Amino acid sequence: MAMLEVSRLSISFGGLHAVDDFNVTIEKGQLYGLIGPNGAGKTTVFNLLTGVYKPNEGIVRLDGVDITGKNTVEVNRLGIARTFQNIRLFKDMPVLDNVKVGFHNQKSYSVLTGILKLPKYHRTENEMNQKAMEILDVFGLASEAAVKAGNLPYGKQRKLEIARALATDPKLLLLDEPAAGMNPNETAELMDTIRFVRDHFDMTILLIEHDMKLVAGICEKLTVLNFGRVLCQGETSEVLSDPAVITAYLGE
Amino acid sequence: MSFITYLKDGISLGAVYAIIALGYTMVYGIAKMLNFAHGDVIMVGAYVALMMLTKTGAPPIAAVLVSMAACTLLGITIEMVAYRPLRKASSSLAVLITAIGVSYLLQNLALLIFGAGGKTFVNVVSFPSVSLADGQLNISGTTIVTILVSVIIMVSLTLFVNKTKPGHAMLAVSEDRDAAQLMGVNVNATISLTFAIGSGLAAVAGVLLCSAYPIVSPYTGAMPGIKAFTAAVFGGIGSIPGAMLGGILLGVIEVLGKAYISTQVADAIVFGVLIVVLLVKPSGLFGKNIQEKV
Amino acid sequence: MNQNNQSAEIIKKIQSSTRRGNLITYGIVLAAYIVMQSLVSTGHISSLLKGLLVPVCVYVIAAVSLNLVVGISGELSLGHAGFMCVGAYASSFFTNAYGDGLPNWFRLILAIIVGAAAAGLFGILIGVPVLRLKGDYLAIVTLAFGEIIKNLINVLYAGVDSNGIHISTKSAMDLNMGPDGKQIIKGALGISGTPRLSTFTAGVVLIIITLFIVQNLMNSRAGRAIMSTRDNRIAAESIGIPVTKYKLLAFAVSAALAGAAGVLYSHNLASLSTAKFDYNTSILVLVFVVLGGIGNIRGSIIAAVILTVLPEMLRGLSAYRMLIYAVILIAMMLFNWAPAAISWRERMMERLPFGRKKRTGEED
Repeated sequence: MAMLEVSRLSISFGGLHAVDDFNVTIEKGQLYGLIGPNGAGKTTVFNLLTGVYKPNEGIVRLDGVDITGKNTVEVNRLGIARTFQNIRLFKDMPVLDNVKVGFHNQKSYSVLTGILKLPKYHRTENEMNQKAMEILDVFGLASEAAVKAGNLPYGKQRKLEIARALATDPKLLLLDEPAAGMNPNETAELMDTIRFVRDHFDMTILLIEHDMKLVAGICEKLTVLNFGRVLCQGETSEVLSDPAVITAYLGE
Repeated sequence: MSFITYLKDGISLGAVYAIIALGYTMVYGIAKMLNFAHGDVIMVGAYVALMMLTKTGAPPIAAVLVSMAACTLLGITIEMVAYRPLRKASSSLAVLITAIGVSYLLQNLALLIFGAGGKTFVNVVSFPSVSLADGQLNISGTTIVTILVSVIIMVSLTLFVNKTKPGHAMLAVSEDRDAAQLMGVNVNATISLTFAIGSGLAAVAGVLLCSAYPIVSPYTGAMPGIKAFTAAVFGGIGSIPGAMLGGILLGVIEVLGKAYISTQVADAIVFGVLIVVLLVKPSGLFGKNIQEKV
Repeated sequence: MNQNNQSAEIIKKIQSSTRRGNLITYGIVLAAYIVMQSLVSTGHISSLLKGLLVPVCVYVIAAVSLNLVVGISGELSLGHAGFMCVGAYASSFFTNAYGDGLPNWFRLILAIIVGAAAAGLFGILIGVPVLRLKGDYLAIVTLAFGEIIKNLINVLYAGVDSNGIHISTKSAMDLNMGPDGKQIIKGALGISGTPRLSTFTAGVVLIIITLFIVQNLMNSRAGRAIMSTRDNRIAAESIGIPVTKYKLLAFAVSAALAGAAGVLYSHNLASLSTAKFDYNTSILVLVFVVLGGIGNIRGSIIAAVILTVLPEMLRGLSAYRMLIYAVILIAMMLFNWAPAAISWRERMMERLPFGRKKRTGEED
């Protein structure tokens, strides 16, 4: 069974079809790319998948479960985590707490347990700390655990956002332009990290990206979106050599 | 008294709230700050007019003009000294608290100069009253002038904002301050102008308020200020017709509530209506609902 | 394995720095208590200052609890006095109606529980509808609720007889009480004759309990969830945090603690009226929070103490004192918050030979 199955997904804002008849199927463990020119509706697709917007039409199935129309919090609990194009960290909280807050629905104790610092509080906090440091280590952020997230350099903020998303133990990870604003070295490093995340956490990943080197380098399959509609989809190499895709990107 | 009489009183009080609310809504819309001291500028305006009338024997119109000039100057000064340095502060609460400090300052200055007791205000309006429906409905000159003035102010403000260059600059600054700056709008001057207009209007409101309720004390402006802010929120903050409608509705609800329900809970009713309106329409009657982009 | 050790080391460092911060706050409160208490017992304290001891505790608790909403949960509330009012009235009613003959300390504890519970309940009732609003809209609605509470309590009459509690909003006559009835809440006249159970010691204990609740909450799962909704609501939802639930939790806990402050206040005075609980008091408490540093608990305490004592200290200047207070407030706000003033301070600090280095991002 596919990890993500989207069919006929559509939404319009004031008559404008932002996303129209969008279909995609992503298998478990796949690294899938969503590309297209600016304004093609890529982020809108993410917002539809994560319940920020309610679709006018269509069905979204995650691991066989219908999640269409569920709100953001429910969608995350059911297994989708995401990052944002314009980074959204908890910038006044330390790096460590940015990850720990991601464990909210995995490792829990009551409010009263927390206030009274009962044994369960210490036990759970220790588990959280250990696990959070493990995740931070994957992204090379462990030594900055005490730093306020807002004070991290840009590239590390992007990585922390991925780390936080992983902390929610998702089945599907959505990355919105993870390489935006990175230099070629950082991008190359990020590609390794994304691959590592997929293998190490056995993750299914859907990413939006403009950096064609990254897309060609790590994505197994692609969907190209143009004016809210699927222009083309399939194996990465086939899609990237499709004349229609080249026209869409370069113009007539 | 009949319902119509109460309604008339409500509209008259509401017109004063509307004038104050116009000042609030402009300052809020353009400087993006809650100017808690706005109500106290009303009080200053009333005192200045009163001093002009009693100490110098100036004609009413001169007293009003001097009061407006004084408040305009006061508004610009307050903005420059107390608010402008905090415009880029890391929290918008900083300027709010400073505004509260300015409010304390104005109240206590007045307390020091004029004493705590209320002073009787001299009605500046020498407009004849009108009798309608065989003398059953008597509309005082003050009421007529108050309503007229508020309508004139609303219309001229709308024209000013939409038809003049400084007005367009205000719209631009309220929309996006940084972009306006980049487009060559003088943001500081625009915000100063906004404070000038808002404070000038506060002076007018002060004179009209104290003409209708002829006592002025250092705390005269505080509650009307809060009510007018409520009115501005009620109508949709940033909206000129919204402030007008919000002010009038608030005045009517307050007067009718006092007349038919209870004097003591009239304020509770006013605030209750505000809450209901905001819960149904979170950005007020005429407010724009802006959703954060994800 | 080396990596694991390093991680454990970092965690330990973070934990001990949080613990140290919390302990310093408790330590300051206890030290202040010991100093004041020894001044009182040796008689080296003016009756004016002595009379301020309990009110200072009231405002400290109010400020710390408001900081939970403003600083930790990031919502502007201007109705805090309303919750203090509910706590004050509910507990004074309770103390006057029941509890004759019980030891004083036990009566006070009961009163605090009743007042905090009543205010917490109001916090939930008000929070559920209004927390959907944001920013200044929330501020004006909380201000409105504070005024409504004050207004309604002003027309409230209540008493107790052998049949139970009687309540009316019209007059004392409408209570229809039996011959053994005792009228307690008398409309605009409020409540009089409440035994003065509040003491400085009780106030300090209540401060410590408030700090315990707020600081531990901040360092727990719920506290992190609350702070995440403050820093970025959309991101918080995206990782499965039910935002409204945690905003409400902060609001209700804050209201309950404000209620406890109200209990301390009402059991320090022979007569209680709503006049003290208007929006000016809400604003005053907000001033403490902002001046002390938004989200900074220790700052709230210090600001509340200084700004409560300052006007009284300036009493010698009679008419000028509130004027000076206002000028100091404006000057302190500009000095603490204006970007120009902040960078000037930093330059001065760097120039000092033993000055602190420019602050890095680590902790605060």
